[in-house]
Amino acid sequence: MNSKVIAGRIIHPGNCKGPILYTEVPLLIYGGIDVSTGIILEEGHPLQGECIQDKILVFPRAKGSTVGSYTLLQVKANHQAPMAIINEHCEPIIATGVIMARIPCIDEIDIKRLKHANQLEIKEGNIMYC
Amino acid sequence: MNLTGLQESMLQGEQGPGTRLAMKIIVTLGRIYHAENLIPVSSCQVSGVSYKSIGKAGLDFLEELRDGGAHARVPTTLNPCGLDLERWLSLGFSQSFYRDQAQVLQAYRELDISLTCSCTPYLLGNCPVQGSHIAWAESSAVSYANSVLGARTNREGGPAALSAALTGYTANYGLHLDENRKPTVKVHVECEVATYWDFARLGLLLGRKLGNEIPVITGLSPRKCTPSTLRQLGASMAASGAIALYHVEDVTPEITAFPNWAIHAGEKEIHVNSLPSRPEFVKDTMVGKPVDLVFFGCPHSSMEEVESILSFLKEQQVQASVWIATASMLRAEMEKKGILTGLDSKIQVISDTCIVVCPIEELSFKRVITDSGKAFYYLSNKPGVDVALLPRKKCMEIAINGKLDEGGNT
Repeated sequence: MNSKVIAGRIIHPGNCKGPILYTEVPLLIYGGIDVSTGIILEEGHPLQGECIQDKILVFPRAKGSTVGSYTLLQVKANHQAPMAIINEHCEPIIATGVIMARIPCIDEIDIKRLKHANQLEIKEGNIMYC
Repeated sequence: MNLTGLQESMLQGEQGPGTRLAMKIIVTLGRIYHAENLIPVSSCQVSGVSYKSIGKAGLDFLEELRDGGAHARVPTTLNPCGLDLERWLSLGFSQSFYRDQAQVLQAYRELDISLTCSCTPYLLGNCPVQGSHIAWAESSAVSYANSVLGARTNREGGPAALSAALTGYTANYGLHLDENRKPTVKVHVECEVATYWDFARLGLLLGRKLGNEIPVITGLSPRKCTPSTLRQLGASMAASGAIALYHVEDVTPEITAFPNWAIHAGEKEIHVNSLPSRPEFVKDTMVGKPVDLVFFGCPHSSMEEVESILSFLKEQQVQASVWIATASMLRAEMEKKGILTGLDSKIQVISDTCIVVCPIEELSFKRVITDSGKAFYYLSNKPGVDVALLPRKKCMEIAINGKLDEGGNT
C-alpha cells in the first residue's frame, strides 16, 4: 500500500489516526451539530445524519454564528468530538474552537485529494493517506 | 509574526495559564490572516453570555480561564444574557436556567468584566473614539463602532473578543488597516428613507444583497440619520448579511474625512428604488390572530427611545404583552426619573436580555410583532414562532388592540 503525504498548516497540534468523514460543502457549526450526540443536523447538507465522533472531519470551512466555537467545546465535553479537523481555510469559528476544545486541526489543504481516502494519519502537520 | 517581549511572555505562559490560552487564540487568528503584528486595544465587548448558547462547557471554559489567573487588561463590557436578572421569575423564566446563567455571569465578573449585559456598550460608557483600535463581538455593536463612531474592530467572535480583553491585544489585520476600510460598493438610495421602519427594511435589503461588502450609501437625508436610525440600519445589515462597516455620505465620520473614498467605490454600484413592502414582513396567517408579544429594543433602546415609546403607551390598557429591552444601567436611571410609573402591568421595560438571546421556547410567545429588522430576521428562523416587522407606531397600536389587522401597506 503506497501512502501519500500532504503538508498543511498546524492550527492546533496533535497526532492521530482514524476514519475520515469528508464533505466539500461548508459546515454549519452552531445549530448545525447536535452537541449531545455529535450528529450533523443541517437540513440538506450531504453529511446530515452522520456522526462526527472520533472521525477525522474534513470540510472546506465553517459557516454561521461565531458561537460555533462554543459548540465545538460542548461537543468535546460530551465526548462526541471529532478526532481532528482538516480545513481548506480555517476561519475564526474553527480556529478558536479547536484551541478551546483542544482538537488537532490543520488547514491550507487541497481537501479534494482526500476525497477517496478511508483512513488518515496526522503527524506533525502532515497528512498521510492512501 | 513579530511579537514584543510582553506578548511572547504571555504566549509562553509566564503570565499564567489563562493568559496563555487567550494569547494562543489571538496569535492563531493573526497567523490565519497573515497579520504582521499585534496591536493594543482600548476596549472590548464580549459575546457568548447566554447559558443557552455556551452551555456547561462554556461555563467550564470561563472558570478555567479564571482559575488560570486571567483577568481583563482593558475596559471590557458584556453582551446580553439569557434573562432579565431582576424580573426573571415574573417574566416566566425557570429557576434552573437562572442558576446556570448566574454562574456564567459570576465567572465573567471574576475575570474583571463589567456585567453591562447589553448590546449597546457605547451608550454605557464604553464609547471608543474615532481611530481607536478595539476588539468587539456583537455584530450590531461592531457595525455601530466602525461606521458611526469611526473606531476600528473586526467582527470578532465571543472567545476572540474575550481573548483580546485578557491579553490587551488583537491581531493587526482586516478592518484595523486603512486600506481595508474603503468602500467596495456604492449604494444609491432613490426612495424615501425616513422612519425607523424604513431604516430597518433598507438594512435587511442591503445585508441580503451585499454579504460582507463595505457600502457607501448616498441619497439618505442627514437629518433622518440619527443615532437611533443608524443603529437600526447597521444591526439589520449585520443580521441579514455580514456587513461590519458602512459609510453614509455627509453623515458618517470616515467618509466625511476622506470624501475621495466614495470615488474608489465607483466601479460597483447598486440602486435602491423602493423598499420591500409589508407582505414581505407579515405572514398572512398572522392577520386577525391575537398577538402574544410586541417587542421593542433590538438593539437595546436608548433612554430617548424608551421615553418616546412610553409616552404613547402611558395610561393605555394593552391586550398583548409589551417588552421594551434596554440596559440595566439605563433602566435604573429611568426608574429614578419616574418614567416607568403608571404603566399597564403587561408593559415591561426589561433589561440584561432580549428576545433574540433569551430561551423564547421557555416562554409561551407564538406570535410576535417587532419594529426591529434584526429581531425580525432572527425570530423568522425560529421554529414555532411567527413574527412580523412593522412601523413603531403600528406596533404600539397592535399592543393596544391585541391583534394584527389587514393594515394596507403599513
